[in-house]
Amino acid sequence: MSRVTIQIIVMTAVTYLVRILPLTLIRKPIKNRFIRSFLYYVPYVSLAVMTFPTMIYATNSLWSGILAFGVGLFLTWNNASLPKTAVACCLTVLISEFFLIH
Amino acid sequence: MSTAEINTKENQGWAKFREGQRDAVPIGLGYFAVSFALGITMKNAGLTPIQGFFISLLNNASAGEYAGVAMIAAQASYLETALMVIAANARYMLMSTAFSQKFSEKTAMIHRWIIGFVLTDELFALGIRQKGYLEPKYYYGMMSVAMPGWAFGTMFGVIFGALLPTRIVSALSVALFGMFLAVIIPPARTNKVIRNVVLIGFLSSFLCTLIPVIKDLSEGVRMITLTVVIASAAAWLNPVKEDEL
Repeated sequence: MSRVTIQIIVMTAVTYLVRILPLTLIRKPIKNRFIRSFLYYVPYVSLAVMTFPTMIYATNSLWSGILAFGVGLFLTWNNASLPKTAVACCLTVLISEFFLIH
Repeated sequence: MSTAEINTKENQGWAKFREGQRDAVPIGLGYFAVSFALGITMKNAGLTPIQGFFISLLNNASAGEYAGVAMIAAQASYLETALMVIAANARYMLMSTAFSQKFSEKTAMIHRWIIGFVLTDELFALGIRQKGYLEPKYYYGMMSVAMPGWAFGTMFGVIFGALLPTRIVSALSVALFGMFLAVIIPPARTNKVIRNVVLIGFLSSFLCTLIPVIKDLSEGVRMITLTVVIASAAAWLNPVKEDEL
């Protein structure tokens, strides 16, 4: 087996372990109120810190990224659906970069 | 259960599967774009399209795969690769813990083993948004759309990397973040604690990219630290009432 193949197996194994251990070991509802509250907030915090500022640096132009972030915030604050928001953010970047990058 | 009831149950399951497929279309497209870029990195690291395809099919992780490929390119040892990939993927431990509460005790274990294999940021975000316990068929519907997007995107990235117009790659790269906003902002509007938690998350992660020393830490380490600190503080200051969970 080639070295790269073994590296790929190593990556796959540790990635799966990290994901599967809590999911399979914790099978009963957690009773502790602090832990339950902590887990209730985890998705919101983790998605927030992943989105900003990474989103504004993801595009070819800083300004198109900032615009897309603004459009996404505005739309979702007004309860726009998930696919609509994703498409609107992409179009914002596509259109604004025609003006920002020549 | 009568035959009619079984049929209805079966149909509801398929309806859930199709709903998952529908919801995951933007994810599949976003994955295609992101993994396409990842494929270009893999090509530069000397990997073949087939290797890229399998890395993505088996790992389903952007930062984790990037870390692993960087290690392969650097001729690192197996242990170094393992440690880097664990660090880049550590946040999945939190998501996996949160997700363990999303399964009914009645749901067969095999579903946890399969879903855990594809517990990505985006599918986690949609799964956790479901009312009540997670219906595994909904998740399988999402997987059927998202996984090919990710794996083939990587493969095509290795093959055609330089050909796609950069304008298109640039536009597609915000799709995933638009989806994240659609998950966190509507509840933030109605729930004051969630709103504060999201705002503090935005500000603190922005500050972390500016402060010396901290900004040199890997994104994975910064993210997991901020998540633990902010979510703990919120849980301590505003424990959730039983009926809200």
